[in-house]
Amino acid sequence: MAETVTIEKIYQWLEEVKDPEIPVLSLLDLGVITNVSIGDKVKIEMTPTFVGCPAIDYMKNDIVDTLKKHGQEAEVEVTFRKPWSSDCISEKGKAALKKYGLAPPPDNKLFTDLEILENAECPRCSQTNTELKNPFGPTLCRAIYYCNNCKEAFEQFKPV
Amino acid sequence: MNQEAIKELLYKMADDQLILGHRNSEWTGFGPLLEEDIAFSSMAQDKVGHSLALYTILNDLGEQDPDTIAFTRNADQFHNTVLTELPNAEYDFSLIRHFLYDTAEALRFEMLSHSSFEPLALVATKVRGELRYHTMHANTWVKQLGAATEESIGRLQQSLELALPYALGIFEPSPYESDLIKEAIFEGEKALEEKWKKKVEEVIAQTQLHLPKWETIAPHYGGRTGKHTEYLQPLLDEMSEVFKIDPTAEW
Repeated sequence: MAETVTIEKIYQWLEEVKDPEIPVLSLLDLGVITNVSIGDKVKIEMTPTFVGCPAIDYMKNDIVDTLKKHGQEAEVEVTFRKPWSSDCISEKGKAALKKYGLAPPPDNKLFTDLEILENAECPRCSQTNTELKNPFGPTLCRAIYYCNNCKEAFEQFKPV
Repeated sequence: MNQEAIKELLYKMADDQLILGHRNSEWTGFGPLLEEDIAFSSMAQDKVGHSLALYTILNDLGEQDPDTIAFTRNADQFHNTVLTELPNAEYDFSLIRHFLYDTAEALRFEMLSHSSFEPLALVATKVRGELRYHTMHANTWVKQLGAATEESIGRLQQSLELALPYALGIFEPSPYESDLIKEAIFEGEKALEEKWKKKVEEVIAQTQLHLPKWETIAPHYGGRTGKHTEYLQPLLDEMSEVFKIDPTAEW
């Protein structure tokens, strides 16, 4: 028999589900889990970082598999009711991104034009003597920068 | 709410995204710079994703599933504007098309984020944030190359004049225009066109390019009602080639 399940327990288990492309970041820290409820089965609502994110099905299956491991049948619904923005990434998540070598996104509310995108903070040396090389990167959520201090390229999780 | 009006709006938007997304993807491996290769490939992925989100709304309204809609229709069943289906040609044309189309698209999604049709308003609210990167990319390059060398200015000018009649075709009047406006689903093609002209003028004014007077440009209509050029069907054949080998395959 599975133990009595609580919302808190589900959130604890969801901490085990990581972003498939950034394995240091849990889906909770990424901010894509928008609701958890328990009825006949566990119902999870999630929302994509980018609408065209190809990892969304992978994440969905990962949630179902992880909860199954804990004896729970889960249903995952992808919705845009609470749209994701990069401000949804938790402080813990932002710290994990930086440690992983990806510059965390600046406050999205500040982003109105190109200027805010210049001078991102380098995740290695923490200097802002950097240049935006390309607002598009290897995945939809990343931009490419160059650090004039380290003389090396780095990627940033884009503010959106 | 007028379902037929909503469907017409969704189909033309989704088809635009899918077809231009496919064209953008044709730059993968061929960009003039690695950065542009990545940019067009990324925008392709975004656009195909946006089309999926819109086809999913259509599916919820009783239309067929997204893959069937995307891969099994013929050219005359597509509602994309002709601008999106034209071949990539050289980079200058692709850039100008990207600028003209994405400027309109960003405004359209911005307007639709206030739509009374909630599923569309939710998707639009999300998509408009992503589109800032597309318009920023287009504006940056048009401003830069539109004021760089004689060759870059000349090429962009030529492409601009070629693309403008098709760009005006984006705003082909819809038979449901008044229904959409009345029900606050969408402010309409006319209102969008006016906003778009202002935005295009604003960016072109920062270059050495010359914008012909709007009234001298004859819009190329037809795409919204399935009248396409000979370029669309080969694109669809290529896009659906793998799907058609086994339409029931699980991916």
